[in-house]
Amino acid sequence: MNILLITIISLCAIGVLSAIILFLVAKKFKVEEDPRIDTVCELLPGANCGGCGFPGCRGLAEAAVKADTLDGIMCPVGGATVMEQIAAALGREVVAQAPKVAVVRCNGSCSNRPRTSKFDGARSCAIMASVYGGETDCSYGCLGCGDCVSACQFGAIAMNPETGLPVVDDEKCVACGACVKACPKMVIELRNKGPKNRRLYVSCINKDKGGIARKACSAACIGCSKCVKECAFDAIKVENNVAYIDFNKCKLCRKCAAVCPTGAIKLVNLAPLPPTPPAPKAAPAQPAEKPAAN
Amino acid sequence: MLKSFKIGGVHPPENKYTAGCAIQVLPTPDKVIIPLSQHIGAPATAIVQKGDKVKAGQVIATAGGFVSANVHSSVSGTVLDVAPVKDAAGLLKPAITIQVEGEEWADEVVKTTKNIDEFEKEEIIKAISDAGIVGMGGATFPTHVKLSPPPGSKAEYLIINGVECEPYLTADHRLMLEKTNEIIAGIKLVMKAIGVNKAIIGIENNKPDAIAKMQAATTTTMGIDVCPLKVRYPQGGEKQLIKATIGRSVPSGALPIAVGAVVQNIGTIYAVYEAVMLRKPLVERVVTVTGESLKNPGNFLCKVGTPISKLIEAAGGLPEDTGKVIGGGPMMGRTMINIDSPVMKGTSGVLILPESKSARGEMHPCIKCAKCVSACPMGLEPYLLATITEMTGDLERLEKEKIMDCIECGCCMYTCPANRPLLDYIRLGKGRTGAMIRNRSQKK
Repeated sequence: MNILLITIISLCAIGVLSAIILFLVAKKFKVEEDPRIDTVCELLPGANCGGCGFPGCRGLAEAAVKADTLDGIMCPVGGATVMEQIAAALGREVVAQAPKVAVVRCNGSCSNRPRTSKFDGARSCAIMASVYGGETDCSYGCLGCGDCVSACQFGAIAMNPETGLPVVDDEKCVACGACVKACPKMVIELRNKGPKNRRLYVSCINKDKGGIARKACSAACIGCSKCVKECAFDAIKVENNVAYIDFNKCKLCRKCAAVCPTGAIKLVNLAPLPPTPPAPKAAPAQPAEKPAAN
Repeated sequence: MLKSFKIGGVHPPENKYTAGCAIQVLPTPDKVIIPLSQHIGAPATAIVQKGDKVKAGQVIATAGGFVSANVHSSVSGTVLDVAPVKDAAGLLKPAITIQVEGEEWADEVVKTTKNIDEFEKEEIIKAISDAGIVGMGGATFPTHVKLSPPPGSKAEYLIINGVECEPYLTADHRLMLEKTNEIIAGIKLVMKAIGVNKAIIGIENNKPDAIAKMQAATTTTMGIDVCPLKVRYPQGGEKQLIKATIGRSVPSGALPIAVGAVVQNIGTIYAVYEAVMLRKPLVERVVTVTGESLKNPGNFLCKVGTPISKLIEAAGGLPEDTGKVIGGGPMMGRTMINIDSPVMKGTSGVLILPESKSARGEMHPCIKCAKCVSACPMGLEPYLLATITEMTGDLERLEKEKIMDCIECGCCMYTCPANRPLLDYIRLGKGRTGAMIRNRSQKK
């Protein structure tokens, strides 16, 4: 009985003593932290995807509290709603940012881009890219092993077995940029989602000269500059034999897509222009894609 | 008991079909493509322009940094273009394309009247540097850098790599048989350049004729020994060769000079001889073209820049059952998808494997049999390195597991009963870990 008592009393004493020590230590070494960081942190989705460019959600919270404006700070997962809440909590202005989405800039489906070799190593884009230019004659396009699919934490990318290319789900994509980083060929780009999810872009990054690019892939951008001449808004540039459309300048007039001889300009949720009747020469080829969710 | 490295290694079928084929001179092609980056380090900078006339042996691109090498024209003719050309992997790489006209050598390529003993140390290294010599075993590290040890380190041994442990390849073997005296002269020059009086020529025991010939040639010379070695891959790996010949282990992360050794390949030694004694830069090399189905496999002396397709033509044309064309040997070589790409300074062989031999087996899950661990000559755990890279990508862990020590010899993958693509993942992990380490040291 005595032993039991002694044990209980001594254990309690140790407990109380430890509590006092812990309390004192916690007091002495307390890290002063802005309480607003916790508030902001709670508002964030907690995905810790790093898509904002900060080390996790807390990183963004610290930056948001420290910075004078919320300009340049954006949680791609939470989007505008979360940013509004954060702005309200911190008493700052909301800086509107156009929502973005990942787009796959390659049209090299199995039918457009014939396979000329077979890679029998580990199925990983990073490994394939470190060994050679890929299974087709186009050494710029999608390698099709799906590194982007495994990089996406939101299940927004899937490989289309028919085309062999990844497809981004607009609804699920939060534009965190993980796929952009994972792609060794830099095929994926974050672009403005566009009004009502309508957008267009050059779905090719092949820098080879026109003939070589066309030989490797029937839907390659050949750098012919027809789209540049057609564009009334100075939104298109051709550099290194490949066209690029600036999404901030593009007004979605679709004239570029109508003149593109290879159909490399992809329309998303946009119907192609009807063939222009007063065409001076033979009617330009129409892009074959139907408006579909990317 | 023959000498060998102590841990790991495998013994793949040797298949040295071309060991008895004397070196043939390949006729100069109509057009050569000379890449600007034929070495490890910064690419060379082109100093000729489209339309320029060049002579064979003339410098057409100068070293782009300390770890870099000059590039010379291998032919005389007109520069067609200075523009990127698709390399063996199908990627665009800067190169100089030259249309061959005549066979005129640059004026400075003349045989020297000097004796080997009359050369000064600096003179030899300067000649090697001017000649753009790089390690010709495949690693293509600029030789003049290797021969200028960092201050504070002292070379004791020169080790000559005549091992040629890669199956199929016989270029070094033939050089040892046909250019014995030139190689001995080259060894003397390199010994002088690094100030050592002891050289060891390591040769695998499957080349008894080369061992006998080298031994006969070195009986009268002081300080050069021939060391027959056990046939075991990767006996010719730098660290393995040092262990086998002088019994010293190069510490993790250190260079061979840390244990007083400098290793040079037979091909490199021959190039040194030509550079110093004949004033001839590195513009041609011996390439083994071999394979089971090839009609006339052989060893060809060809100009740097010769399209690989010309070599294959000379060896009887591409067989119908070709599965892979490999640049180098079967263990460390890389598959080429563009056979119009040129022979480079580091191209030791072109191996044409039939479909039945080249295809990888079906992959299965790892059964943790640890065969790869026993086979690894660096004492690493290949399955672990591959799994970490594949699953978590934890680079710090990879660094701790010494992934940077991997010599990419491929023993692990060769021995794996489940056909795991171990080296694929290890190379990826090694590349990423190396980048992380470089970033970290830059920040400091």
